[in-house]
Amino acid sequence: MNVDVLYSYFPKYAEAFILTVKIGWLGIVLALVIGIFSAFVTHFKIPVLGKIAGAYVELFRNTPLLVQLFFIYFGLPKIGLSISAESCGILGLGLLGGSYMSEAIRSGLDAVSKLQTQTALALGMTRLQVFLFVIFPEAVTLSLPAIIANVIFLLKETSVFSAISLMDLMFTAKDLIGLYYDTTEALFLLVMFYIVMLLPVSILGSYAEKKYRYRMLGQ
Amino acid sequence: MSKVLEIKEITKNYEDINVLDGVSLSVEYGEVVVIVGPSGCGKSTLLRCLNALEKIDDGEILLDGELINPGNNNLSRVRQKIGMVFQSYELFPHKTVLQNLTLAPLHVKKADKRETEKEALMLLERVGLLSKKDSYPRQLSGGQKQRVAIIRALMMHPEVLLLDEITAALDPEMVREVLDVVLSLAKEGRTMLIVTHELSFARAVADRMIFIDGGRIVEEAPPSDFFEKPKSDRLRKFLDSFSYEKE
Repeated sequence: MNVDVLYSYFPKYAEAFILTVKIGWLGIVLALVIGIFSAFVTHFKIPVLGKIAGAYVELFRNTPLLVQLFFIYFGLPKIGLSISAESCGILGLGLLGGSYMSEAIRSGLDAVSKLQTQTALALGMTRLQVFLFVIFPEAVTLSLPAIIANVIFLLKETSVFSAISLMDLMFTAKDLIGLYYDTTEALFLLVMFYIVMLLPVSILGSYAEKKYRYRMLGQ
Repeated sequence: MSKVLEIKEITKNYEDINVLDGVSLSVEYGEVVVIVGPSGCGKSTLLRCLNALEKIDDGEILLDGELINPGNNNLSRVRQKIGMVFQSYELFPHKTVLQNLTLAPLHVKKADKRETEKEALMLLERVGLLSKKDSYPRQLSGGQKQRVAIIRALMMHPEVLLLDEITAALDPEMVREVLDVVLSLAKEGRTMLIVTHELSFARAVADRMIFIDGGRIVEEAPPSDFFEKPKSDRLRKFLDSFSYEKE
């Protein structure tokens, strides 16, 4: 492996890293917002919205991100909505992730005993207070491992963004390999940057899981 | 004495099962009423109807002269006046003991944080659990959890306390520590409606005993008459089922 090559590639990777992290995390935030909403309407069987959320989850969970990105990126302009590659990446990741997050959070909501709701109601709390202070925090704690797994999965899914010519890590690696054929160096840096991106999430995730789940569940 | 709770001819059906079939009962301030009966007789349902966790199909419930019904837009206010403790404790597992006690007062009553915590610590001390204030529920024994659940209900300053088989899930030696708390509440004049299978405790704590069977009040009497001179066959049979004799 040629260290000079690594050095010369580094700035390009750093740039791609920032873009990947930015789009990845914005997508994840969107996924959480969609997921929480979708889990809420599904769990509480809200008329119409519950059914729509159910259909949404099945649609996005059962199609590849690449296909979803193509639909958004090439499909939306056909109906007059042009969208930048970045927004497309965020939206695609948010919609795919939303379906996964929805299921993760819903499983947590389903696992909280109905008696917790009744107890909180009996203390005089309103339904909204019960949800915000009792049911939702418990559900999220229960779902934490699944949510963290989804975050890691979604960050890795950014690798298909190169298909809509977003200059993410994968795009940069492919590009450099195509130009200079320094496959070893290019792939080495690619792996390193993915690890740098994901390892902290993994570590923080385990820490959060230990802290919040342990105090509630003991393990 | 004036009535805090008036229950008039309430009925409750689950599909075609008649769980409560015209139950009338009134409870006076400071009175302890103990309800016993075979399982499935409707006693838990009765308690749950009182704070509108269950809708009644017919009849009326008056608390302090105010009508309780699930359409009532003051449900929160009504429920604050009726504390309820469940068999399964239902502490909030993600909150510490102290947070369990202060959550509802802080958000529902918008009470002062410092005052509320002070009161919570006082109550914890009273039930001997001050050292557990920062523990999480999973770190407590069943009896400790149930004592916290009782004082959590007290934190809302209810006028009536409903206790629904609160010792049914406990080991025998833990039953004692929980029931001692209830006895001390009775002594200080708390109004309570208690569903229990602990007959000797019932006898000690009750001002009035009620036997429910098949969704109706079958017998109602002071404890001495209730246990020694049961009038109905059904109550006699029920009481007999608690005693054992060697053939």
